[in-house]
Amino acid sequence: MATASLPGSTPAPVRALRSLLSKYGLIAVLLIMPVAFGIHDLRTEGDLSRLGNNMLDGLSNGSIWALVAIGYTLVYGIVELINFAHGDVFMIGSFVSVGFFGTVGLTVTTGAFGLVIGLLLTLVIAMVASGMLNVMIERVAYRPLRDAPRLAPLITAVGFSFILQNVGLLWRGGSPQGIANLIDSQQVFFSVAGVFVTHGDALAVLVTVPLVLAMTTFISRSRLGKAMRATAQDPDAARLMGINVDTTISATFLIGGMLAGAAGLIYALYQTTIWYFQGFTAGLIAFTAAVMGGIGNIRGAVLGGLIIGVIQQISDNRIGSQWTPAIVFAYLVLIMVFKPSGLLGEETREAG
Amino acid sequence: MTAADTVRGLPSAPKLPQPVRRALPPAAILAAILLPFFVASGGGFIDDATIALAYVVMALGLNIIVGFAGLLDLGFVAFFAIGAYTMGYFGSLFHIEANGGEGIHILVTGFAAELPGIHVNFLIVVVLAIIATTIAGMLIGLPTLRLRGDYIAIVTLAFGEIVGRIAINGDEITGFGTKLTNGRQGITPVDKIDLPFLAPFTSLNLRPWYWVALTMVLIALFVNFRLRDSRLGRAWIALREDEVAAASMGVPLVKTKLLAYGTGAAFGGMSGAFLGSFLNTVNADQFQFSFSIFVLAMIILGGLGSIWGVVVGAIALSFIVNRLIPDVLNGVPGKIGLDFDLTELSFGIFGFLLVIMMVLRPEGLIPERRRKMELHEGIEELGEEPAYEARVR
Repeated sequence: MATASLPGSTPAPVRALRSLLSKYGLIAVLLIMPVAFGIHDLRTEGDLSRLGNNMLDGLSNGSIWALVAIGYTLVYGIVELINFAHGDVFMIGSFVSVGFFGTVGLTVTTGAFGLVIGLLLTLVIAMVASGMLNVMIERVAYRPLRDAPRLAPLITAVGFSFILQNVGLLWRGGSPQGIANLIDSQQVFFSVAGVFVTHGDALAVLVTVPLVLAMTTFISRSRLGKAMRATAQDPDAARLMGINVDTTISATFLIGGMLAGAAGLIYALYQTTIWYFQGFTAGLIAFTAAVMGGIGNIRGAVLGGLIIGVIQQISDNRIGSQWTPAIVFAYLVLIMVFKPSGLLGEETREAG
Repeated sequence: MTAADTVRGLPSAPKLPQPVRRALPPAAILAAILLPFFVASGGGFIDDATIALAYVVMALGLNIIVGFAGLLDLGFVAFFAIGAYTMGYFGSLFHIEANGGEGIHILVTGFAAELPGIHVNFLIVVVLAIIATTIAGMLIGLPTLRLRGDYIAIVTLAFGEIVGRIAINGDEITGFGTKLTNGRQGITPVDKIDLPFLAPFTSLNLRPWYWVALTMVLIALFVNFRLRDSRLGRAWIALREDEVAAASMGVPLVKTKLLAYGTGAAFGGMSGAFLGSFLNTVNADQFQFSFSIFVLAMIILGGLGSIWGVVVGAIALSFIVNRLIPDVLNGVPGKIGLDFDLTELSFGIFGFLLVIMMVLRPEGLIPERRRKMELHEGIEELGEEPAYEARVR
C-alpha cells in the first residue's frame, strides 16, 4: 500500500489520470452542480435566470454563514479549538436584535430614516452583546482548560452550546417564531437580466462586505491584529516577545462574537423567523465552511461560506431541502479528498 | 497564575493501596453481574442500567478511534445507525414481502418464527452488524487518510450527517421492491433477542437483557485491553503521539488507521444492533449529530484513552441524562415546595454539568496513565511504579 504512492511504481496512464484529477478534480467538483443545472435550464427555459437567482440567493445566504465562519476560523487559528458554542452565540445575536427592535419600537411602519438609524443601533447592540458573551464563555469555559488535554475544551464548548440553547428556549419558546418583516426582505430591489435582487440580499451584502473588509484590515494592519497573528503562529514565542497572550485571545473571541452577532441580525431580518435551534444548524454549516476554506484562514472561511450558501440554495430549489445537509456534506468530503487542507488552506500548527 | 498551575494544583484522586486497586476491577465486574438480583426485574432502573451498558460498549469503541489512535471522530452515530438498521432489516416486519409474504426465518423460535419478513437469530445479526460497520468504518476512514488533525473531525462528522440524512429520507429511496428505511416512522416492532437454549426475551423481565449487554461490555473490555497492549495498540498510540515519527519508525499508517476505524466501528454496530432490539424501534430520529457528541463527551469526560475511565464516563453520563435529570432533579422543586418546572431546563443542566465536570477534572475522571505523565511533566506523579509497567511485564 505504501509503495503505491512512490513514483515509478504505478503505470503511466494511472499516473496521468491521477495528475489530471489532482489538477482539475477540485474545479470539476465545484462546478458540477451549477453547470449541470445551467445546461438543464438552457434546455427547458432557454435562459439562465433561474440559476442566476439561485446563485444570488445563495451568495446572500452564504454571506451570513461567512460571518459566522470567520468567528470559527479566528478562534481555531488562535487556540485550535472547535468552538461548538459559536453557532449559539450567533443565535443569541439574533434574539438580542429582535428583542431590541421591540424595545426601541421599530415596526414595519417606521419610516426609512428611523429604520436605518434603528437598525444601525441594533447592529451595534447585537455585536456588543454577542462579542461580550463570547469573551465571557472563553473566560469561564476555555481559559481554565488551556493546558488540559486538547479535546477537553471541546466538551465545555458543547456544554455551553447546550446552556445557550436552553437560554434561547426559555427566552422565546420551543417553536420557530415569526418576527416583523422590517425591511420587507422579499421585496425586489432591482433586477438585472431576470435576476431579482431583493432587499434581504442587498442588506446581507451591505453589512457583510464592510465588516469583512474592516476586520481583515484590522488583522493585517493594527497592533492587536499583529499580536493575534503572532499568537496564532506560536503562543509561547509570542509571550516571550512581550505579547499579552490572554488579552489577545480575548480580543479574538470578541471579534468572532461580534461578527456572529452581526450575522444574527442579518439572519433575523432576512429569514424573518428565529428559534433557539437555529444556532446549532448555523454552527454546523459555518464550521463546515471554515474547514472547506482551510481552517484558520479568513478568506477561506468567506469563500467556504459563500460556496455552501450557493450549494444549499441550488439543492433546496432543485433537489429538495430535506437532502440539502447531505449534499453540503458530500461536497465537503469531495473537496477534502481533492484538497486535504481546504481550498485556501494554510498549514496550521496542528496540520503542519 | 497561569493555566498550567491550575491544572497542576488540582487535588488528585486519593491513591488507594496497591492490593485494593488490583481488586477493584474484578469486584466491580462481580457487582455488575449480581446487580439485577437486588433491583426489580422490570421498571426504570434496570432499563437505564441496560442502556448505560450499551453506551459503554459504544464508548469503548470510540475510545479505540479517538483515545488510542488519536483520530477525532465526530460521526460515530453512523455506526450506531448501521448496526441498528442491520437489526431492523434482519429482525422485523420491514421486508414484509420477502419470500412471497411467507417470510425468511433463520434459527428463530417462538413468536417471530410465524411472522412474515426476514427474521434471523440475534447472534447472527450481531455478526452481520459487526461486518457491516467494520466495512463502513474503513470506507469512512479512507478519505481521511490524507487529512491531519481536525480536518478528520469534520469529514467524519460529514459522514455521520450523511448517514443520518439517508436514514431520515430513506423512505423516498426504493429499490428491489423495498424502501431503504422507514424514515421518521421507524422500523417497529423489532424482534426480541432469541438465544439458543433460552426462551425469547420479553420486555417485562429485563434481567436477561442486562446480562446480554454486560456480556458485550466484557467482550469490549477484553478486546480493548488486549489490543491496547498489542503491537497494533502500540502502533495506535505511536500514531496518536506523533504521526511522522510513527511512520518513520515503520508503522504502516494506512493499515493502522483503517484498523482503528474498523475496530471502533464494530463496537458501535454491535451496540447499535442490541439497542435496536432493546428499544424495539429503529427510528431515524435517533441518529443525530448530538448522539456522536454525547458518546465523545463520555470518553473525554472519563479520560481519553483510559479504558476504566471511559467505562465510568459512559455510565456517569448516561445516568445523568436518563435518570438524574428526568427522574431525580425534576422532582426537587416540588419536594421543597416550589412550583417550578425543571424539564424545560434539562439540557441546560446537562450542559452545565459538562462544563463543571470538565473544568474540575480536565484530564478526565480516571486519566490515562501515560497522559497524566505528560500533563504533570513526569517526575512527581509517577511514584512507585513505571508508566510502562503494563507493557514491560
